[in-house]
Amino acid sequence: MSQAIAVEKVSKKFILGALQRDTMLRERLISMLRAPFRRRSAAPNVLWALRDVSFGVDAGEVVGIIGRNGAGKSTLLKVLSNITYPTSGEVHVSGRVASLLEVGTGFHEELTGRENIYLNGSILGMKHGEVASKLDSIVEFAGVAQFLDTPIKRYSTGMRLRLGFAVAAHLDPDLLIVDEVLAVGDAGFQRKCLNAMDGLRSGGRTVLFVSHNMAAVENLCSRCLWIDAGRVVKDGAPREVIEAYMNTFANARDGMADLRSAKDRRGSGEIRYTGVEYLNTSGEPLQAVRSGDSLVIRFHYHANQPIAYPSFGFRLYTEFGTLVTDTSTWHHAIDIPLVPPGDGYIDLQIDFLNLLPAHYFFSLWITGAASPVHDNIEHCAQLEVGLANVYSSGRMLDSRSGIVFFPQRWKVNEPVLAGAHGKTEET
Amino acid sequence: MNSGWFKDFWRYRELLYFLAWRDVKVRYKQAALGASWAVIQPLLTMVIFTLFFGRLARVPSDGIPYPLFSFCSLVPWTYFSTTLSQAGNSLVGNSSLITKVYFPRALLPAATVLSGLVDFVMGAVFLALMMIYYHVKPGWSLFLVPFFLGGMILLAFSVSMILAAMNVRYRDVKYALPFLVQIWLFVTPIIYPIAFLTPKMKRFLALNPMAGFLEGFRSSLFNTGHMDWRLAGTAVIITAILLVVGATYFRRTERSFADIV
Repeated sequence: MSQAIAVEKVSKKFILGALQRDTMLRERLISMLRAPFRRRSAAPNVLWALRDVSFGVDAGEVVGIIGRNGAGKSTLLKVLSNITYPTSGEVHVSGRVASLLEVGTGFHEELTGRENIYLNGSILGMKHGEVASKLDSIVEFAGVAQFLDTPIKRYSTGMRLRLGFAVAAHLDPDLLIVDEVLAVGDAGFQRKCLNAMDGLRSGGRTVLFVSHNMAAVENLCSRCLWIDAGRVVKDGAPREVIEAYMNTFANARDGMADLRSAKDRRGSGEIRYTGVEYLNTSGEPLQAVRSGDSLVIRFHYHANQPIAYPSFGFRLYTEFGTLVTDTSTWHHAIDIPLVPPGDGYIDLQIDFLNLLPAHYFFSLWITGAASPVHDNIEHCAQLEVGLANVYSSGRMLDSRSGIVFFPQRWKVNEPVLAGAHGKTEET
Repeated sequence: MNSGWFKDFWRYRELLYFLAWRDVKVRYKQAALGASWAVIQPLLTMVIFTLFFGRLARVPSDGIPYPLFSFCSLVPWTYFSTTLSQAGNSLVGNSSLITKVYFPRALLPAATVLSGLVDFVMGAVFLALMMIYYHVKPGWSLFLVPFFLGGMILLAFSVSMILAAMNVRYRDVKYALPFLVQIWLFVTPIIYPIAFLTPKMKRFLALNPMAGFLEGFRSSLFNTGHMDWRLAGTAVIITAILLVVGATYFRRTERSFADIV
C-alpha cells in the first residue's frame, strides 16, 4: 500500500508576544536606529504547538485525531494542508488534497448562492468545468434550489452551512483533511456529514479528521491519533486510543473539577460553587460515566455569610447547546432555611442515567431569598458519557441515535414471526 | 526564486480569475452608481485639474487640449493608485482565506491588479470618445500603447506584493499607504508634461517608472512625435528590479502569513 502522508519529526513553534512587539513599522525603525547592533531577542515566550511529531498514513486509511482544545490538532492539519509551515521537520503529502478546515471558506455575503458555489469550489481546488457539471447535484444536496440566485446574506446559518458542505462533499480528493465540521449544525446536518465521510471511506479515499465526537471517530475511523501538548500520545485502534484518552478525564475528575476560577460567571457572590465531583452510589470517585449508570454528582460550594432559602440548580446541555434538562431543589420543593457560612456540598443523585453516549455540558446556578442570583456559571463542566451496551444486545449506541433512551421493549407479533418461519420452511 | 513558485501560480490561474471576478462583482453590487464610478472619478479630477492647472496656472500640455491631456493621464493613474491601495490590504482583508486554505498567496494582490483593469477599460472607452470630440487622431504609435500598459501593470503588481506583505507584518503600513500614493501623484507627470521640467529634475523623475510609462503612454496615444526612449528604458529596468525584489520579499515572508495575519 502506498503512503499518502509522511510526517517526520515535525515541530512548530509560535512566539507569543511577538505580535504586540514589532507590529509597527515605526517602532521597528526606531528600535533599529537606537540600537542598530543589538539583537532583538529579549527571551521571547515560546509555545511549541507541535513537537517532534512523526507518523505515516497509508492510502485508504481513515484516521481520527483527538485531543483537548489547544493540543495542536488544528495546527497539525494546517501544516498538512500547506497553510502554515513547520519550524523543523518534513511533511510529504501525495495525491490531490482537499482541506476542509471550515465550512464555506471564502463565501461572500453579497454574492448569490450560485456565485458562491463557483467561488468556493474554486477556492477548494475544483476546476470551473467540474463545478458546472456538479452544480445540480450540489444544489440538490444543499436543498437551496429556490434561493440559488439570492445573495447569501439572506440565507439562514443552516442554509449557509448546508451550501458550504454540499460543495465540499463534491470534491473528489485522494486525501481529505477535515477539522471538526461535525461540531456545527443540527443533527440532520451532522448525519449528512457523517454519511458523506462514510462514502469517501468506502470509495477507498484517505481521510484525516479532527473530532470531539468520540462515537463518530470510533465508527468511522480505522485508526486514531491522540495528540496532547503538541505530541502524539497514542496511535492505534480507535477503541483503545479513545479509552486511554477518556481515562485522563476520569483522572482529572478524581480530585475535583475546580470551579473557583470559572469564567462566564454572574451573580452577587455571597455563595459560590467551588467544585464538582462524580461518585458512584457508594461514594467512591467514578472513573468513567456510561449510559445506564447510577451516579451521584456532588456540587461543592463556599458561603461567605449565612444564606437564607437558597435554591441549587443544574442545567444540562448537549455539546451543540440543546437544553436536555433543567432541574433544581426548587423544582423538588425542597426548602433549605439556612446555609451556614463556610464550605459545604449538595448531591444530585441520578438513579438511571438515560443519556446516550456523547459529550454534555452543564451550567450551575444558585438563587436565594436575598438575591435573585447568587451564582451562575455557564458551561462550567462537562459530562462525558461513554459507549455502553445499553440494550444488552451487544450493539453499541452513539450520539447519532439521539440524546436519550428509555427503558423499553420491542414486541413482534406472533403472526409475523410465524409467517417468516413458514416461508423459510417452504423453500 | 525557484520554478515551483511560478508553476504553482500557473496551476491556480483559475482561482486567480475567480478572485478577480469576485472583486469586480462585489465592487459594483454595492455601489449605487455601479460601474460609472470608473469614469466619474477621473472625470471630476480632470475638471478640477483643467480649472486650476490648465486655466489658472496655464500649465503646458504638449499641444493637446488640457482636459484631454489630463484625462489621458488620469485613467491609467486612477488604475495604478486604486490598485496600490486595494492590493495593499488584499492579504489582511482576506485573512479568513489565508488561515483556512492553501493557495499561492500572491494570487490575492494579483487579483486586485487584474480586477482594476475593468475600471481601466471603461475609462479608456470614455477617453476614446473624448479624442473623437477633440478631433485628436492616434497615429502608427498606437501599437506601443499595450507595451506601456503592460509595464504599468507589472509595476503595480511588484509594488503591491511589497506593500501587501509588509502590511501583514506591520500594521501601520495602511496609514502610510494613502500618503505614499499622494506623493507618487506629484512625482509623476500627470498634471504637467515631462518636457515642462528642467533636465536635472527630469533625471530625478526618471527614477519613477510610472513617469516613463505614463509619458510613453501619452506620447504613443497622441503621436506627439517625441518619444523619450531613454525614459521608457529606465522605467523598464527599474520595474524589472522591483518585480524581482517584490517577488523575493513576498516569497520570503509568505510562509508566515497564516501565523501572523
